[in-house]
Amino acid sequence: MTLISINGVSRRFGEVTALDSVVLEIRQGEFFALLGPSGCGKTTLLRILAGFEQPDAGAVLLDGADLLATPAHRRPVNLMFQSYALFPHMSVEKNVAYGLERERLPRAEIRERVGAVLETVGLAAQARRRPHELSGGQRQRVALARAVVKRPRLLLLDEPLSALDKKVRSEMQLELKRLQHEVGITFVVVTHDQEEAMSLADRIAVMNGGRVEQVDAPADLYERPRTTFVAGFIGANNLFTGRLTGKGLDVDGLGVLPAPAGPVEGGTAMLAVRPERIRLGPVTADQGVLRGRVVDVSFYGGVSHVALSVAGRDRNVLAATQGRARVEAGAEVAVSWDADDGALVPVALSG
Amino acid sequence: MTVRQPARVLGKAAGRLATMGPGFGFLTVFLLVPLALVLSYTVFRRGRFGGVVYEPTGENFTRLADPLYLDVVVGSVKLAAITTLLALLLGYPTAYLIARLPARWKVVALVAVVLPFWTNFLIRTYAWIVLLNSEGPVNSGLKALGLRPVELLYTDGAIVAGLLYAYLPLMILPLYSAVERLDPQLREASANLGARPARTFWSVTLPLSLPGVLTGCVFVFVPSLGNFVIPELLGGGRRIMVGNLIRDQFLKARDWPFGSVLALAVIAVLVLLLFAQAWAARRAGRGA
Amino acid sequence: MRRHGWLRLPFWLTYLFLYAPIVVLVVMSFNRNRSPYSWGGFSLDWYGTLAGNASIRTGLVNTLIVALGSTALSTVLGTLLAVGLARHTRSRLLDALSTLPAILPDLVIAIGLLAFYSAVKLTLGLHSVLIAHTVFGMAFVAAVVRARLGGMDTSLEEASRDLGATPLTTFVKVTLPTLAPGIVAGALLAFTLSLDEFVIAFFTAAPSEPTLPIVIYSMVRFGVTPEINALATLLLAVSFTVVIVAQRLTRLTEALK
Repeated sequence: MTLISINGVSRRFGEVTALDSVVLEIRQGEFFALLGPSGCGKTTLLRILAGFEQPDAGAVLLDGADLLATPAHRRPVNLMFQSYALFPHMSVEKNVAYGLERERLPRAEIRERVGAVLETVGLAAQARRRPHELSGGQRQRVALARAVVKRPRLLLLDEPLSALDKKVRSEMQLELKRLQHEVGITFVVVTHDQEEAMSLADRIAVMNGGRVEQVDAPADLYERPRTTFVAGFIGANNLFTGRLTGKGLDVDGLGVLPAPAGPVEGGTAMLAVRPERIRLGPVTADQGVLRGRVVDVSFYGGVSHVALSVAGRDRNVLAATQGRARVEAGAEVAVSWDADDGALVPVALSG
Repeated sequence: MTVRQPARVLGKAAGRLATMGPGFGFLTVFLLVPLALVLSYTVFRRGRFGGVVYEPTGENFTRLADPLYLDVVVGSVKLAAITTLLALLLGYPTAYLIARLPARWKVVALVAVVLPFWTNFLIRTYAWIVLLNSEGPVNSGLKALGLRPVELLYTDGAIVAGLLYAYLPLMILPLYSAVERLDPQLREASANLGARPARTFWSVTLPLSLPGVLTGCVFVFVPSLGNFVIPELLGGGRRIMVGNLIRDQFLKARDWPFGSVLALAVIAVLVLLLFAQAWAARRAGRGA
Repeated sequence: MRRHGWLRLPFWLTYLFLYAPIVVLVVMSFNRNRSPYSWGGFSLDWYGTLAGNASIRTGLVNTLIVALGSTALSTVLGTLLAVGLARHTRSRLLDALSTLPAILPDLVIAIGLLAFYSAVKLTLGLHSVLIAHTVFGMAFVAAVVRARLGGMDTSLEEASRDLGATPLTTFVKVTLPTLAPGIVAGALLAFTLSLDEFVIAFFTAAPSEPTLPIVIYSMVRFGVTPEINALATLLLAVSFTVVIVAQRLTRLTEALK
């Protein structure tokens, strides 16, 4: 069931186009992510949903009703700010109660709901503290509690993990998912960090230059990028551009590379091969697709990354292997992959 | 490296003395000693021809309770308070709007607020004599509209207008810097949680800019109390304020001890307000 | 802006309130009529009368002597104080002391100095006003220079020391030039404040050597004369020029750096 439908939304700031006819559907109860580099328009879209910004064109419907006609303070949409935006002159419980007081609820109900939500985020003991007396992770929980306690139809989270250090980050990540599951509110997270989006969201919209490039589940996005931008943005891909033939992708200087059956034979396409799909082997007469020399081996614990220089290509080819790599810098190796392990993306020639 | 090197300690002391020595020496002689002198006068008897006779007495303080002087104090507190309130009512929206202007217009608007302040204080007061005179532009305007002219000059209203004119910029500047510093996201957060703009103002913007409000109030209220020129020129001497009383004790009545007590009262008000300001600043928290 | 519609009324009221009296004064100064309330045609007569006024001339000379002298003294003492406060101490008491003259009402400083001068039996004159004006001038210079020091990278001074410069050389060759815009702005501030200061001068000047504000005060007490309109216009022009030049100058030195 569709909760939010964004239809042809555009927004310009002077010369800059922040959003260019964006079309998106966000479903009831899902954890959705808007992912893209800074300046891609994701924050503008978030601000339009929250009501701090009006689009120049397009419509936004919530449950089929016009959301844009509702002023910010009447929308059933709450936002967890990136900077948390906690009121510094109010205690934790006052901050959390603020939104409920605006609904003119009975005092007893406010007290009860504030107590319950602080319990949920594990801050019951800090209820009387001021924001500046809390750690970064605690402040974030307050910001989250303050937004969730309103029981909005839609909860927006602006870069929710970016300000946290690594350990608190993974804790918070689990907590966000648990909370979303418990309260059943639709979450939309805005982030530039693909790991954050991948680990949290059910579906991700990748944005670039004010447009939505692709909307998919994380695994599909990773395995089947549909635009060159997504292929380059998500994960560390090895990208090759060439002409599609019946046998594979014909790349200048490298020859014909194994590729899945293409959509348009004879057209220009980009082949994306994940590092973990790349096999390295001993150099023999007719084995391998490419020949490379190992430039660098980096060990990351669970995996090792091998950077290879390949004649006819100016960028290194990256391969990932489980555990410790069995090659050393300077070694000559054969590089290969299965045709089905690559992903083909059509290249728009108009540029 | 825990052993202090004598040369280094000496160098530090020399640096301190060379930089701060002359300034604080000057301030000690020409500010602290004079203030201590005035403070000490409060407990001594007046000299016959000015100055003091060093016989301790408490009567300078009891004279403050004299209805004659109490009236002056209450009256000047009233006028200074009205001035402060008007400055706040006019200054807050102005400062708020300046803070929302685009950067280029912000500078223009701020300079325009400060500019009159840099012109001679007496000239600024004189301008109000011209404006409020019974033959002046305001009354001519009333006549032109067929209304009866009113007496404007030599009234409490004229004093308030003069004080407001003199100190309004001192209210706007601290208000501006307080409002400017507010994180705009706090206002957005408030709206996002369901508060109407008016509610956001009372619950978020105003409490957080309270330190600036109080700084502005100190800057307007205290000098208004101590001003003796405006009551004289625009009030026509009918209304005596604390400033006139102090001036007269020192230059006419030659009762320095009582003048010192009055000055001490003004300083006490200043200190009280500064404490209130510090309290509000602490309460507004240390940023988000 | 659209949402702050109702704020515009007090906003424009403020500027009307601030500028209407000034405009009236300036217009009246060119009025041929003696009565300031009816327009008798354009004239520069009152500027001529003003030029012939001897007490205004002596007042102006006295004021300039006091302002220049106290500005020079304030600038040296205030700059050193600011450097000392920023680099050589963390005392909050000293910090508060340095701003005290700017916070205290002028009347309190005035009576304090009057009491002090009479206690040490100092004969009043221009020197006593000059010292009095230095008390608050120094505080303003120190405040402005400190604001500039706050934005200054201490590693500049450390680099100079590291490269073998003595503390004095570092101060003269690195600290002072960096602070120059702040010092210029502070000096201009002290100068304008002294130029316009009335209350403290009123208490600490000798009756035979009044400063210009004291002369104006005695003229204004006798009521409205068109001469004062002309003087007011000239003083307004001077103040406005100084403020705008100061703005430009600080930005210019900022740009030259």
